[in-house]
Amino acid sequence: MKEQTIGNFDAVCEVLDNYNKDATKLIPILQDIQDQYGYLPEDIMTFVSTALGISSSTVYGVATFFTHFTLAPKGKHIIKVCDGTACHVRKSGVIIETLEKELGLSKDKVTTDDMLFTLETVACLGACGLAPVLVIDEKVHGAMTPESTIALLNSIKEAEKNEQN
Amino acid sequence: MSRTDLEQHKKQFREVMEKYQARIVVCGGTGCIANGAGEIIDTFHQVLKEKGLSAAVAVAKEPAEYYQVTSGCQGFCQMGPLVTIFPQDVLYVKVSKEDVEEIIEKTLLKGEIIDRLLYRDPEDHGIPDFHQIPFYKMQNRTVLKLCGFIDAEDIDEYIANGGYESAEKAVLTMKDEEVCQSMLDAGLRGRGGGGFPTGRKWDLTRLQKNDVKYVICNGDEGDPGAFMDRCIMEGNPHSVLEGMIIAAKAVGATHGYIYVRTEYPLAVERLKIAITHARENNMLGQGIFGSSMNFDIEIMEGAGAFVCGEETALIASMEGRRGMPTPKPPFPAESGLFGKPTVINNVETLAAIPVIMAMGPDKYAAMGTQGSKGTKTFALTGNVAYTGLIEVPFGATLREIVLDIGGGVIDDFGNNVGVDYKAVQIGGPSGGCLTQEHLDMPLDYETLKSVGAMVGSGGLVVMNQQTCMVQIARFFMQFTQNESCGKCTVCREGTRQMLNLLDDIIEGNSNEETIPLLEELANVVKIGSLCGLGKTAPNPILSTLKYFRKEYEDHVYNRHCSTGSCKAFLSYKIVAEDCKSCGICLKKCPVDAITGSKGLPYEINNDTCIQCGACLDACKFNAVVLA
Repeated sequence: MKEQTIGNFDAVCEVLDNYNKDATKLIPILQDIQDQYGYLPEDIMTFVSTALGISSSTVYGVATFFTHFTLAPKGKHIIKVCDGTACHVRKSGVIIETLEKELGLSKDKVTTDDMLFTLETVACLGACGLAPVLVIDEKVHGAMTPESTIALLNSIKEAEKNEQN
Repeated sequence: MSRTDLEQHKKQFREVMEKYQARIVVCGGTGCIANGAGEIIDTFHQVLKEKGLSAAVAVAKEPAEYYQVTSGCQGFCQMGPLVTIFPQDVLYVKVSKEDVEEIIEKTLLKGEIIDRLLYRDPEDHGIPDFHQIPFYKMQNRTVLKLCGFIDAEDIDEYIANGGYESAEKAVLTMKDEEVCQSMLDAGLRGRGGGGFPTGRKWDLTRLQKNDVKYVICNGDEGDPGAFMDRCIMEGNPHSVLEGMIIAAKAVGATHGYIYVRTEYPLAVERLKIAITHARENNMLGQGIFGSSMNFDIEIMEGAGAFVCGEETALIASMEGRRGMPTPKPPFPAESGLFGKPTVINNVETLAAIPVIMAMGPDKYAAMGTQGSKGTKTFALTGNVAYTGLIEVPFGATLREIVLDIGGGVIDDFGNNVGVDYKAVQIGGPSGGCLTQEHLDMPLDYETLKSVGAMVGSGGLVVMNQQTCMVQIARFFMQFTQNESCGKCTVCREGTRQMLNLLDDIIEGNSNEETIPLLEELANVVKIGSLCGLGKTAPNPILSTLKYFRKEYEDHVYNRHCSTGSCKAFLSYKIVAEDCKSCGICLKKCPVDAITGSKGLPYEINNDTCIQCGACLDACKFNAVVLA
């Protein structure tokens, strides 16, 4: 993991400058860093704490408190299944089970080995009218069934295959 | 910008609008976009162009025959994508891009109505005028009036509909205490869940002596099952800005922040556009509306923590710390963001403020009930025919909401069963359940509190008779357990233990001590937690225990779940007459609980069976059934 980020401190420096190294802006700083690197690498977080003059435990504390932040790289396609009340009542559990089964994932293993998919559940996407809902790469898909979920997954896998060829 | 400028703006806009032959509104809410509204918009432009017709998408930018608007959420999400044509006021539902040409040919060019695309009442009559559709007719859309009608990204549309007049009036002609008083007169109470009188909150902040004060808009809508704030921010962002300007005038603030969930990227984008436009028109920045008042607004994106909806936790995260609540007092009104006096209002509260000022506090207060004035938006979801976003006066009943607006309850088999719901969960993970006995109870702050529920942010989840209430309690407990920030021991450990006890009940590991222990623990967590999250976390358990105790006892003593939702209590058997001895169930069984050989009916050994249901799914002859 370190190899990926060593020598790539330009992006984090730019982010820190954008916020005038203001420690009260820690959350937007970490958000921008995650946008740049895809996740929060450990050495980058240490760098941030030094630059902002706060302890690395403070940075780590914030990074682990909020669910938006991730300390591990994510897959190419991020699947978010809504398990809010409305989706839950309309059987989102089955959708989650289907995806876990199809992708060989579990609660402890959220990214596929080929780094193609990361499966997340979110509390509410605010699209309750379309329950159950899942979001793949920011596109909302409503009224999902196990069948339509598998079809959707296959279409992405197919597109990936074509891209490789 | 002064009053004459706003008037001028409005006049110019109206003159331009009169030149268009029709106004085409395509709903651009999340629901309709997911169902293909984007393609419909593109097809409209393409087909109009092919026919040599022209449509404008922004006022006065170019002369055109038609005017196409992409609006925010119109609320009727279940029937989307929605297309409304004015001046006929006709609403077409479930429109697809193939329908666009016909709409242009018939409705736009000939003024004919296409019956096929209309909403149909239960007797299968199409209703052309959308005001007459029960879903809309039974509502009182006051705060949501412009949501779903105007273009959220066009400030001119907001101004033409009376926008920013209230802020201008407050800034130029009213004293700060008068502004606070008008909110007290209107009886406006916080719509985020607390229900604290907005005028009083402002007054407390106003009286603080400090040259720096802040106004924060709380858009960290985290309640699963509630999305009204999202719709307002996406559909009418200027109303939020205007509410914040009026709040800033009332308390003497110079700076405002909007804290938005990171899950709402479209809301962030639209608010950013709105802020830019408001600055260009001198509604934000230095000397707003030509007065001596300075006020500007910044957006901050949350990073995903439900507890940040709590005021002090929200402030902590805005200061770059972990979002953990702190004891009150001091209240944010005295010492809030960066130690300065701060007023924090929810999105819906802020959006209501310009509406109240425009219609007059008395007229607003005339709606609703004695203690709960005005209207409230509810996110109506779950097992109901028409899910969506609705607005009704306080005091409306579940019968009106579920049956008249929502079109009735849908059971697990797809039948409409009228008002025969098992429970309606109100107020999200902090709220409680309402049952059949509350069908005609007026919904307002006091009445709901008296039955152990709360208005909360306004999530209404309808649950049909096939819903297991223990599972629902577990669902909410899982949520609060995940979201507990960990500061208070009783909340951190208590929610975990309550979750374990509920799991025991669901998995059949409970005994006669489980329910009393669960009840005792729930009361400890309620008393011993610091913030609203912990204090209300046991509510779903206490409320389901209150109304569905028998169902809990059935799980504990009879090892039985009447809805068949709890897998541990299910047992499967193979009907000998239907079994063709194909052996597929035997292959699928993960624990080798099935025995048999070709030619003879197979059997399930219930001692080994783990009730996974794989055999039921696998059997092609429906020979596997629930015993």
